[in-house]
Amino acid sequence: MDKAGEMWRFDGALARVSRMAGMGMLTLRGDLATEAIGGAVSAAVGLAVPQTRRIGFGPQGAVAWMSPDELLLLVPGADRAARQEAMRPPLEGRHHLLADVSDARAVFTVEGPACRDVLAKIMPVDLDPRAFGPGQILRSRAGQVAAAIWMEREERITLLCFRSVAGYMGELLKTSAGESGDPAYFRPEAG
Amino acid sequence: MSVRLKTGGRLIDRSQPRSFRFNGRVLRGYKGDTLASALLASGQTLLGRSFKYHRPRGLVGSGVEEPNGLVALGTGDQLEPNQRTTTTELREGMELRSQNHWPSLGFDIGALNSLAPRLFPAGFYYKTFTWPRSFWKHVYEPIIRRSAGLGPAPDAEARDPDSYEHFHAFVDVLVIGGGLAGLEAARVAGASGARVLLIEQTAHWGGRAAKDEQIVNGSPVDNLVEEIRAELSAMGNVQCRSRTMGVGVYDHGLVLAVENLAENASINDAARQRLWKIRAGQVIVATGALERPLSFAGNDVPGVMLASAIRDYLIDFGVSPGDRTVVVTNNDSAYRTAIALKTHGLDVPAILDARAGGGGALAQEARALGIRVEAGRGIARVLGGRAVRGVAICAQAGEGVVQEEIACDAVAMSGGWSPVVHLWSHCGGKLRWDDAAAAFGPDVDKAPLGADGAPFVSAAGTANGVWGLGAVLADSARVGAEVAARLRREGAAPRSVEIDAPEEAPMEPVWLMPQGAGPKLRAKAFLDFQNDVKVSDVQLAAQEGFASVEHAKRYTTLGMATDQGKLSNINGLAILSDALGQPIPQTGTTTFRPPYAPLTLGVIAGEAHGSLFQPVRETPMQAWHEARGAYCEPVGQWRRPYCYPVGEESHEDAVRREVRAVREGVGMLDASTLGKILVQGPDAGRFLDMLYTGRISTLAIGKCRYGLMCSENGFLMDDGVVARLGPESFLVHTTTGGADHIHAHMEDWLQTEWWDWQVYTANLTEQYAQIVVAGPKARDVLEALGGMDVSEARLPFMTWAEGALGGFDARVFRISFSGELSFEIAVPAGQGQALWDAILKAGADHAITPYGTEALHVLRAERGFIMIGDETDGTVIPQDLGLDWAIARKKDDYIGKRAQARAHMVDPERWTLVGLQTIDGTVLPDGAYAVDAGENENGQRNVQGRVTSSYFSPTLGRGIALGLVRRGPERMGEVLEFPRIGGASAMARIVSPVFYDPEAEATDG
Repeated sequence: MDKAGEMWRFDGALARVSRMAGMGMLTLRGDLATEAIGGAVSAAVGLAVPQTRRIGFGPQGAVAWMSPDELLLLVPGADRAARQEAMRPPLEGRHHLLADVSDARAVFTVEGPACRDVLAKIMPVDLDPRAFGPGQILRSRAGQVAAAIWMEREERITLLCFRSVAGYMGELLKTSAGESGDPAYFRPEAG
Repeated sequence: MSVRLKTGGRLIDRSQPRSFRFNGRVLRGYKGDTLASALLASGQTLLGRSFKYHRPRGLVGSGVEEPNGLVALGTGDQLEPNQRTTTTELREGMELRSQNHWPSLGFDIGALNSLAPRLFPAGFYYKTFTWPRSFWKHVYEPIIRRSAGLGPAPDAEARDPDSYEHFHAFVDVLVIGGGLAGLEAARVAGASGARVLLIEQTAHWGGRAAKDEQIVNGSPVDNLVEEIRAELSAMGNVQCRSRTMGVGVYDHGLVLAVENLAENASINDAARQRLWKIRAGQVIVATGALERPLSFAGNDVPGVMLASAIRDYLIDFGVSPGDRTVVVTNNDSAYRTAIALKTHGLDVPAILDARAGGGGALAQEARALGIRVEAGRGIARVLGGRAVRGVAICAQAGEGVVQEEIACDAVAMSGGWSPVVHLWSHCGGKLRWDDAAAAFGPDVDKAPLGADGAPFVSAAGTANGVWGLGAVLADSARVGAEVAARLRREGAAPRSVEIDAPEEAPMEPVWLMPQGAGPKLRAKAFLDFQNDVKVSDVQLAAQEGFASVEHAKRYTTLGMATDQGKLSNINGLAILSDALGQPIPQTGTTTFRPPYAPLTLGVIAGEAHGSLFQPVRETPMQAWHEARGAYCEPVGQWRRPYCYPVGEESHEDAVRREVRAVREGVGMLDASTLGKILVQGPDAGRFLDMLYTGRISTLAIGKCRYGLMCSENGFLMDDGVVARLGPESFLVHTTTGGADHIHAHMEDWLQTEWWDWQVYTANLTEQYAQIVVAGPKARDVLEALGGMDVSEARLPFMTWAEGALGGFDARVFRISFSGELSFEIAVPAGQGQALWDAILKAGADHAITPYGTEALHVLRAERGFIMIGDETDGTVIPQDLGLDWAIARKKDDYIGKRAQARAHMVDPERWTLVGLQTIDGTVLPDGAYAVDAGENENGQRNVQGRVTSSYFSPTLGRGIALGLVRRGPERMGEVLEFPRIGGASAMARIVSPVFYDPEAEATDG
């Protein structure tokens, strides 16, 4: 979602960390196998419902699998009201939950060849390219707080956390990307 | 005396000298030295004093097993006690101090202890300091504490300037140990394509094999090491990390390892250590073996070392342990030390082989070099105190009659080898006794099992109890292939090697030297060097009935020092078994627990220090609060403003001012931390009827209702206001602390119990900033903001409305926790600060006053509103708090209903909510108990109630309190006695809990 704006940027020894603003985020809960949900996702971002742990990208936005009955839609911040309206017809009369969560979250990007190393220092997840790559999303923790990450393309990881811990997350990412060591695990040639 | 030889030392770089200080004296070493090798090269054979007897001690080993060579490293903020010199690489300018001596290393008063060691046998402390009882705290404990501990603790105000980090790795195969076994196992497993991580604790690959100068395929074993290393480098799926020690194996394939980075970079600009948290499908333990000492009198005199350690110092670092070294052994490996010394031009006056039959091919080689080899002999005692002067030799089979004294300045001892089974054992791997090696090794039939019931740890090579280079390579290849097969992969074929190894004679166990040593000799034969445990101590423990190995360990402290008995364990077990007259396997071992070697606290903490110690949650207005000088208090992980002092104002005064502002004018509060959970679906009403004690499903759209949530056990858990947003949509407000756990509580019930109900929830707590505007002038402020109609007619008490307020898209709730006219305004969090600013501006004419959590508490207490966590403590039910009105009795069920019907819950004697008003107007101590007549069975005053909230009420000008009192509401007007700590009792009258505005007129504005 490159349409989002950048609040700040930190060029660390290992990676560039940026805090992004302006990303519209909609939570959609429902039975992911139904036409209602499929239709709503299509109406919002023109994409299909993603498979487990996948995230789909398109010109109108993105849609991420969050749990067996929850999706996260990423749309330009300015469009979120219109997109919600567009989703209502297919959802009409179907049990679901649709909520704007744009303000509840903070978004960061970690960019550079070492982005996997930077995040593997603070997240207990397998970031090996065999296990995690473009088009995938993981929900776990970073440091001591909940976080989700996904990859739109190689060398760029987007991280999502709650707004209230954005200060902590910014410090954590800056520390991991800048002021500590370089594990060089995912790029052994750099070690 | 020890000295650096003119040539040699495969690990040091003589072109790069390094200087360091030991007890203030400048010493020199080379790049590649350990602190131990550099100290030894400088002639420093005396390194410290022992823990109990303050005996002079020098190096025994050359690696992680070292018990004596500990120093205080660094100064000031970087001081670290008990640093192992044998595993610490030398860097320029290091500061070392020896430990556990007073006043100096050379002369130590505590050493007087050892003049009368009979005063300090096993269990001395347990037996001596038990009487009189009162002496323990004031006399014995301070003395023991002063004399205990090895190194000095860093200053309490010291702050470690180094940084540390964690790293999470997920691999198919983790190989621990970079000796030939580990290298070969990694090669075979790596060829299968599996993700392999190989870690080695030292900076060097190849382990012991290289030092034993063995020949493989006609060339030195170093070439084989390089060959395998090159093959591993070529595999993209294999990573190798040196200076990384595996310290613990846990369930589900979790392995902790510590990587030392300090040697790679200057100390302050990168992490010093990295804690690896590795998830491995399979773990291969290739940790080799440790040599055991022999137990003879004076085996702790500086200069007596493990034969393998002497070989290491000689070959790796070019350091001679002394000019004349006597070798004493029960196996062939120590002959290699004698031969190496001799070929380096040093003198070996004798090899004392305790075996009557002597050694194999290596013994012949030694004899050919002109070394005197004595079979069936041992050491009766070592001559010398602060350094070895010689040895008195005797027949191993005898009682120690001295046959001859041989002058020497070093002794190389070998009591055989023990496989390093620690990591195998951490997660439940069992051991078997190997009679031939007289050692415990892994029992391959009882490996640690993973979640699937299949083994997930394998031992390879010497760690697997396999001896000899050829056998080790074959075993490692077998294990590598087996592990690949468990991952449904195919490993590489074993490599074919020709090894030119001398034929070895079998070792013979020697647990005491000489075998018939009398009490005097046994009392100087040390098992545990660091904790000063001798053969006689273990025998005494057995004699006194400590037959269990775990009990004997704790009674004698054998193996309880920082080295965790790496050298003493098996020798101690053997002595205990002998004293108990049972075979060693029957005695068993003590438990091997992680970590294998001590970790720094810094590496455990990782990045979590300073500003990252703990996350602090911030509301959208946090920066404003802090800029305004708010005094904040922790509420969960939030820091909520407690009050906003103005100028020199005290917190107390600030709170009073804020309370008065709300009562008389208007105040504003950041309530963004309150939980906001959206509950939606056809069954949402039914679901909330079960969650709350009251009935929520009947709530009209646009209205709000206060509700209570209880646990299954009936106890009050959370409270708050529910707003009905639509036919199937409710917004649940929780307490600040309840936001996450009430959401989890909801999901728990929905996912496990009522999985077929059509309800979805979403925690929207952080989506909204929420601001309370409260006070008689509150509506004026909202009207000044302009926009939506907030009149009594349009927005009566306990309703909500959406609209534009001052240009913001807002949802306004007409609810009150202060007892005043009050609005709570919610906007998307990103607009929170702008709304806050707008309200401040709109309220300027009314001197709108930001108030904090303490004013909030006072306001609600004045009005008699309960607070979760004050009036509740997990044992209080709503009925105790007079909240029966919030319970829908006619409902068939709600969570907690059944529990609330139990006899104890309906007991009229329960403590129930009342107001408490002191006779003299003072403030009751929070938490104080109301005493009753008589005493309980423990001789304490009976009690009949307690204070749950207590404040000074600025509105009423006196102290007010809420409390729980036995049959409270029935006893209005009674006066209770509340003792104060260290003062006269406070007397308080039972009154209504509603102190202010009992008719609730103010709420209507």
